[in-house]
Amino acid sequence: MTHPLQNSTNSSRSPEPDAAGPLRDGRHSPLRWVMLAVGLIAALALPWFIYPPVAMDIAAWALFAISVDLLLGYTGLLSFGHAAFWGSSSYVTGLVAIHWGVPFPLAILGGMVFAMAIAVPIGYLSVRRTGIYFAMVTLAFGQMIYFVANQLSDLTGGENGLQALPKNFFGVSSVETDAFSFYYAAIGLILLGIWAAWRIVHSPFGRVLVAIRDNPARARALGYDVDHYKIIVFVLSAGLAGLAGGVFAISHGFTSLEELNWTTSGKVVLITVLGGIGTLWGGPLGAAIVITLEDRLASSGFEGTGIILGSIFVLIVLLFRHGIWGTARDLLQRRRDARKGPVD
Amino acid sequence: MSAFIQYTVQGLAGGGFYAMAALGLAVIFGVLGVVNFSHGACYMLGAVAAAVLLDVLHVHFWVALAVVPVLLFLVGVLMERLLIRWLLRLDPLYNFLLTFGLSLILVDLVKRRYGVSGLPYERPAGLAGQLHIGSIGLPAYSVFVWLFSLLICGIVWLLLTKTRVGMIVRASTEDAERTRALGINVGRWVTPVFGFGIALAGLAGVMAAPFRAITADMGSNFVIILFAVVVIGGLGSILGAVVAGFLVGLVEAYGQAYAPTFAQVAIFVLMAGVVLFRPAGLFGRDESA
Repeated sequence: MTHPLQNSTNSSRSPEPDAAGPLRDGRHSPLRWVMLAVGLIAALALPWFIYPPVAMDIAAWALFAISVDLLLGYTGLLSFGHAAFWGSSSYVTGLVAIHWGVPFPLAILGGMVFAMAIAVPIGYLSVRRTGIYFAMVTLAFGQMIYFVANQLSDLTGGENGLQALPKNFFGVSSVETDAFSFYYAAIGLILLGIWAAWRIVHSPFGRVLVAIRDNPARARALGYDVDHYKIIVFVLSAGLAGLAGGVFAISHGFTSLEELNWTTSGKVVLITVLGGIGTLWGGPLGAAIVITLEDRLASSGFEGTGIILGSIFVLIVLLFRHGIWGTARDLLQRRRDARKGPVD
Repeated sequence: MSAFIQYTVQGLAGGGFYAMAALGLAVIFGVLGVVNFSHGACYMLGAVAAAVLLDVLHVHFWVALAVVPVLLFLVGVLMERLLIRWLLRLDPLYNFLLTFGLSLILVDLVKRRYGVSGLPYERPAGLAGQLHIGSIGLPAYSVFVWLFSLLICGIVWLLLTKTRVGMIVRASTEDAERTRALGINVGRWVTPVFGFGIALAGLAGVMAAPFRAITADMGSNFVIILFAVVVIGGLGSILGAVVAGFLVGLVEAYGQAYAPTFAQVAIFVLMAGVVLFRPAGLFGRDESA
């Protein structure tokens, strides 16, 4: 019925989980391990090449994009309200860090739990619709959280946002003051989140999600409670978005309503689609491009970021619907097929 | 009591904007299957166009009311011909994302050209003051917006029910496949219908020009509320769009009057209730979509 943003010929180039049967599972192939090592090294080396706070932004947005892809690429649900989880976690993380002075990973854990808690009712209501309706309903609920935060200005600081979030880290002072050290203190959390997403995708649970994406009616006929699975993955996804949002807030030392606004939801969808959906690599790739681009634009004093991002969006949707990672993989696959000739 | 009537008129005026714009959204969705994310940006363009026409060419409000929708119709035709058209055969989410990108571009272009502070627009003479009915004073412009939006919705309703074009539009909304099978060239109506929907958003924008602050961002929240409106009314339903538009306007106005902290949240609570108890919307048909 619906496989959003998947090409109609997706049987030939479907995302990793169902790319091979259980016996020929690609996850143990040497290439997969090489890619994994490259990804890990890239994550660890990033602040040597990029201004560390920007590197942290890339890492946070990468996980945020992966959380969206968990729904979009693997379950076939486009959430346009994920700012609600990223943003609310950033506020709760900030409040916990300010008022209790706990080490920042604990504060982020608090934000993450909060994001998952509000995801339960939002997910419960939103999964009642699919496709375009799901996008609209999540968008509206996301904006509702924005308005609530705006009204609770005693707690959230209203238009001013939350300022001066401490980076307490078990008394290690270099983490608190130096962005380079902070990166290494926080990147573990991001990698943990990405690992969790990888585990989810490659678990039996993840395979059911893909079944639901490709054919919800058949999944239901096979006895899976489709809505139940959708709610669970929605909450898990919200948790990852919350983790990313918490790291982002602590890294910046402040958070504002902007993190809850639907433009943030739109931006993360852009990053996900640009990188390529249905592949966990797409999110980090898209985040690296968009965040670096934004940083360049901002430092050159150009004020029409929306014009550039919007144009990228239009181009991607019109011309490269599989995103960068997906398009590259298609090309590789085509070359490999051409070399092999028409076998199986 | 008189306060209550004032809030009601205010709500019906605010609802008028939603009803007109949601009508455009519903017609476009019905025929093209596209949820136009740039509807808020087009509403903003309508208001900005009215302000610029007044400022530069001294075009009067009443003239703008006729001219701007025609301009926006042309914008819509261009959008459909150049962009939307290519994605019509794919999942509707593609056009949702495309129009989202488009709306980012439009908003930032206007922001760069006209800045972030609001453009001025005076209420047209004759509608500036209060209207006294008995002992109750009502802002004349609000009453005008309410009546005029009702009139527009009525005209669109007549167009849809009494003309051949309207019949085709309704038929393809119901079942595009079967309409084609009956020998109707649905594709021919795709571009004008899209333009028409955009023109309705533009018309709502002109009406809003003397009423709201004209900024590049004025459509950003508007479009979200609009989505809530069509979810409440039922996305495919023309009547649902109008009724839910006015309903949401009323909820917003009463909310602002009696519980100002949660005026905007109330709309989404209403939406949550509808999603919970009537997932297809108040006037939508249940098709487990």
